[in-house]
Amino acid sequence: MDSNIIHLSLDLSSFSGIILSPEQKAALQKSMVILKRDYKFNRVLFWGRILGTKTDYFIVKGLGSDELRSKAFLYSFNCLDWFLLPQSTREIVTSSYAIKGRFIGDPSYVYIYVETEIVGEGEDAQEEEITVQVTEEFRLVAVIAQIETEAAVVPRGAYIKNPYGQVNTNRRFEGLSMTEAKKLNSYFHFAEPVRLKKKTLLEKADLEPSIDFLDSLEDDLPSGSWSLQFEKGNSVVVLRSLLWLGLTFYHIPLTSHHGYTYIGTGQKNIDFPFML
Amino acid sequence: MTLKTTHLLVVVFYASNRYDHLTRVLTKILDERPENVVDVFEDISKDVKVSRFAKKLDALQDEPEHLAAFEAAEVHKTLYSKGGDGSEAEPEDETIETPLPNVMELAFYFEQAGVGLSRDETCQIFLALKQLVDTHPLQKCRFWGKILGIKGNYIVAEAEYREGEEEEDEGLEEENEGAEKEENRDDEEQKEEQEDMDPFPKSTYRPPPVVPKEENRSGANKFTYFVCSDPGKPWVKLPAVTPAQIVAARKIRKFFTGQLDTPIVSFPPFLGDESNYLRAQIARISAGTQVSPLGFYQFGAEEGEEEEEVGRDTYEENPEFEGIPVPEMAESLASWVHHVQHILPQGRCVWVNVSQKKGEGEEEEEEEEEEKEEEPDEPEPEVGPPLLTPLSEDAEIDTLPPWTGKVSSSLIPQYSIAVLRSNLWPGAYAKFENIYLGWGLKYIMDNFAPQLPPQVQMEYTSGPEITEAEDPSVEEEQAMKAALEEQKAEEEEMEDMEEEAEDDD
Repeated sequence: MDSNIIHLSLDLSSFSGIILSPEQKAALQKSMVILKRDYKFNRVLFWGRILGTKTDYFIVKGLGSDELRSKAFLYSFNCLDWFLLPQSTREIVTSSYAIKGRFIGDPSYVYIYVETEIVGEGEDAQEEEITVQVTEEFRLVAVIAQIETEAAVVPRGAYIKNPYGQVNTNRRFEGLSMTEAKKLNSYFHFAEPVRLKKKTLLEKADLEPSIDFLDSLEDDLPSGSWSLQFEKGNSVVVLRSLLWLGLTFYHIPLTSHHGYTYIGTGQKNIDFPFML
Repeated sequence: MTLKTTHLLVVVFYASNRYDHLTRVLTKILDERPENVVDVFEDISKDVKVSRFAKKLDALQDEPEHLAAFEAAEVHKTLYSKGGDGSEAEPEDETIETPLPNVMELAFYFEQAGVGLSRDETCQIFLALKQLVDTHPLQKCRFWGKILGIKGNYIVAEAEYREGEEEEDEGLEEENEGAEKEENRDDEEQKEEQEDMDPFPKSTYRPPPVVPKEENRSGANKFTYFVCSDPGKPWVKLPAVTPAQIVAARKIRKFFTGQLDTPIVSFPPFLGDESNYLRAQIARISAGTQVSPLGFYQFGAEEGEEEEEVGRDTYEENPEFEGIPVPEMAESLASWVHHVQHILPQGRCVWVNVSQKKGEGEEEEEEEEEEKEEEPDEPEPEVGPPLLTPLSEDAEIDTLPPWTGKVSSSLIPQYSIAVLRSNLWPGAYAKFENIYLGWGLKYIMDNFAPQLPPQVQMEYTSGPEITEAEDPSVEEEQAMKAALEEQKAEEEEMEDMEEEAEDDD
């Protein structure tokens, strides 16, 4: 959500119960403006908050010219002093899969776990134990990257792909209609598409290449991992992810207001299949 | 016109090429021939673009939009209207102490701590609570929290009835019992019918004794809970919780759906529908997370020593409570205490010896010796931590501390407040007042592993007495018949012979 409408946006995504205190809100509004200048971002969005057992991480997302690919994340403990997080790589994400438990709130904390790896081939194969050390900062990067790929949501038509392949906000976007807002297929994952490429030509026939370039939420597996509700007397659509408890997406139909925040423990709900 | 076109060329940069777009715009103008093309040129261009984003129309038209927003607004409007006899009752209200809490003030404090709902919603909940207090004879009432569900949410209010005004509900329960009895009677009739036919083998399985439910106003049923899905909608009273439900709820992990009558499909099976599950979870959360500052509550003075064994279950406000400095409260868990009784593994707050009860009820006639023999089998009484135990004695979740304490503001410490966050039940917050906003699920360190189905029972050892003989085929049967007939014929012959022999005599 944008820094200049942060009050409205936080108010709209507060249905899940966690909000920011007035002090934090005010601090955010000021520091996000400074961030935009210092890091030369096109836009700065408040991304969320990861609850640690000692302190919480506040996270903002800075956007460059391409809204989908050029992005950077920064974290802070007091909403004033921000630290840039390294870009996520495949190694960082895979190395932190095995970490369990809550975040502590100390970026230099080191998680240690033992991984067994099979070395050699055929009969010579041997199991080798490797101790892996991951700092909490890297874990934070990995979790943010995972949430971004699995649970970042935008309404259909809000972003547009230009002939050069860059993704920008669609200035012509005027919001989903009430009928569209009730359907999951009018919401997209805001991440590099995976399933779209596997679709058959017949399924792709009705797609408009400049807007339908993302994966739809409808095709998510396991199905039923999104809870779609209308709040505030049916005037706001709220989508909650059941896999990442704490991710809330809001959109006011017929306006271009939309956004998502993640406020939670930073752990994926892997028990989901048992809980329906 | 030319100026405008060049301007447009810059805008129409994406989505398709300029030429295509201009062609479409010009086609539209030529088709429709509006009068003032120059004035509406931008609009036409915009329409053309928007029409490309809109999904292609099906042959099937969408049904007209059902504007649920109007209905919701109607429902909410009732909250803002005063009661029918509002003008007369007002002066009285001022003198009588109302059980309605000041939700807005509470919400303000929670907001300082970064917890809570948006202000509109809090205000509506406040009004909804007022409605609840107006319609029910309540002594105490409190906004307990909000539980999120897949299709809808629950707003939960905790209430206590005034003395002796719960009768109607009990009457209802009795009616239910009556209905059950009738059903039993039907069953018995059926049984009699069945007995005439052929007695079935009786099962030797005896269900384990049911742990009795706790009385209203005690233990896990100390308060009555009301839920509503949306402020303005009617409040629904939740049924009292039974120990079996609490025990079962501990073993399962499910999302709420938002509809109270949804059956809970799970293993191990849960008795009851979602309202029972919700009530059980509320009981567990309350017992685990309702805390107050040390010294705010004290035990009543009139209570004797003897009650200590059972565990004291009442407390009163300490009039001499002076408050504890904020930093101390935020840092040390020892300055917070639980004020709701711990739920024992049995599912009750006060332990009941089930086997003893069985001994008294069913086997009265049996000799005392037998009871003595039974005694070693009796379970050890389960003892939970006493009421008003400091939080510092809470068990850790593996290496994770169960609570996180915090000061709301580090910049203005004079006016800041202390906040506690439960790590065991993510969503539970305490600040002199307790609130729960979340999914109604307990935090677990490792992944949830559903209980495995029990082992398949041993097969009955097969022996000759239960092996089934094979049915004879038709040929065998005929052969058998023929053999029998032959035998008969022989016998008859023999008899005839004998008779003849006798006749000869």
